[in-house]
Amino acid sequence: MSNDKNKPNEIDEATGVQTTGHEWDGIKELDNPMPRWWLWTFIASIIFAVGYVIYYPAIPLIDGSTMGISGETNRSLLKQETQIANQKRAEKFALLDKTPLLDIQKNDALNRFAVHGGKSLFKVNCVQCHGSGASGGPGYPNLNDDEWIWGGDLEAIYTTIAHGARNGEDDDERVSEMPAFGRDEILNRKQIASAAEYVLKLSGQDHDAAIALQGAVIFEENCTSCHGETGLGGRELGAPSLADAIWLYGGSREEIISQISTPKSGVMPPWKARLGEGAVKQLTIYVHSLGGGENTKVE
Amino acid sequence: MSFLEKHKKLERNLSLLFVGSLVAVLIGGIVEIAPLFYLKNTIEKVEGMRPYTPLELAGRNIYVREGCYLCHSQMIRPFRDEVERYGHYSLAAESMYDHPFQWGSKRTGPDLARVGGRYSDEWHVQHLKNPQGVVPQSIMPSYAFLASAPVEIKDIAKHLKVNKIVGVPYSDEMIENAMADMAVQANPDGDTQGLEERYAKISIRNFDGDLKLLSEMDALIAYLQMLGTLVDLKAYSQDENLR
Repeated sequence: MSNDKNKPNEIDEATGVQTTGHEWDGIKELDNPMPRWWLWTFIASIIFAVGYVIYYPAIPLIDGSTMGISGETNRSLLKQETQIANQKRAEKFALLDKTPLLDIQKNDALNRFAVHGGKSLFKVNCVQCHGSGASGGPGYPNLNDDEWIWGGDLEAIYTTIAHGARNGEDDDERVSEMPAFGRDEILNRKQIASAAEYVLKLSGQDHDAAIALQGAVIFEENCTSCHGETGLGGRELGAPSLADAIWLYGGSREEIISQISTPKSGVMPPWKARLGEGAVKQLTIYVHSLGGGENTKVE
Repeated sequence: MSFLEKHKKLERNLSLLFVGSLVAVLIGGIVEIAPLFYLKNTIEKVEGMRPYTPLELAGRNIYVREGCYLCHSQMIRPFRDEVERYGHYSLAAESMYDHPFQWGSKRTGPDLARVGGRYSDEWHVQHLKNPQGVVPQSIMPSYAFLASAPVEIKDIAKHLKVNKIVGVPYSDEMIENAMADMAVQANPDGDTQGLEERYAKISIRNFDGDLKLLSEMDALIAYLQMLGTLVDLKAYSQDENLR
């Protein structure tokens, strides 16, 4: 390999290009310049980087970093975007806030706003338990039908959504607790079985009439204070109706016995603290519109 | 062209070239990473953040062991679509006691940074046992075995100690009582006074509905129900933390 600083490098005959002067076993390297477009792109990207560093927050200093002349960050952009979005909706939300719950449905445009907003809120926050069609599942009530545990008029739905049930977080939450008649040994097995038989009778299912007759007495003494004398339930205490075919935890003999002996009860988070007043109103109107909404308060 | 002549030396000496590239990469790394350790504004000043309770920490270990982070992120980015869906964007302060952090990089399932309090314990039990039972479209596998697996309790104090070594402010008292604290958090009838004094904003209840066994399900749900609930976001100033 030869490389003499003082001697000008040789010109390659075939291409007319100067060589680098490097030579390995007779093979020489042409000294072609970089392609121009590449060189300019390279220089341009360096200039761009300098501008970028000046424009955006970039350079770490001792106690923070440069904020850039734009002052733009992800968080400030989010703030702007949110403000713009909120401004667009501000008029409608202001009207929603101002309008008493019971009057929202009287204003067509506002009602539509509430139903659509509620629908998307429902998809994000409620479907995990109540199902994408709001038809519920074992342990989670169906919101499409006429049976309501805590009430199906606007105010009742609002309270349930806003404060939730048995979550231990909200002072106005829905609370009630069914005694564990079996686990806490309030009733013995036989008594529970006969009460269950009576519940089967109430709900119009196949049952043993003689045992149900014994069960009626037990029901009378233990269950009527919440579920009512005819088993229609009581919304003040969130006691579901036992006299229909709608069951939260199943309506078979075994399931009823299990529910009497060690009851399960639903928990719902308080949504007002999380989503805010406007969103809860939207959800209320949406749930009310699903089909089972009641127009007057039913006890 | 004397500079280029000198550069030739570097090009022709392998060891020198290696050292030179190492120095270049190190400078890049130091400039990008080191400031995050000393800049005061990396971690926001917040109220309410505390070290995880022993039970939550055990739950977190199960979360890591089962690879939950492979499908669930814990990082709500500051974009409007994310904030509207999941809630306030995640703060650095909220993962400052995470070793390692669980930000994740892929969302096959939803983000879990603020899942705490969103669902009931019962829902979590049902969902972990049979995800499709509550969310029919879900492709999450079943974790039913967690309910019958007793959670490892003996070495929990060591976990706290190790976390303390890497900077989590566990007090000696917390480490001393770790085992008892862990058991009592899932037992609402136990003596929980000390536990409540040591850890603010703590949920004490039987998470999986089975009082007889302190299961891995208890630990995992205790952890999930805590996620995103510690920092008082009302006291957090967005404008002071624009970055």
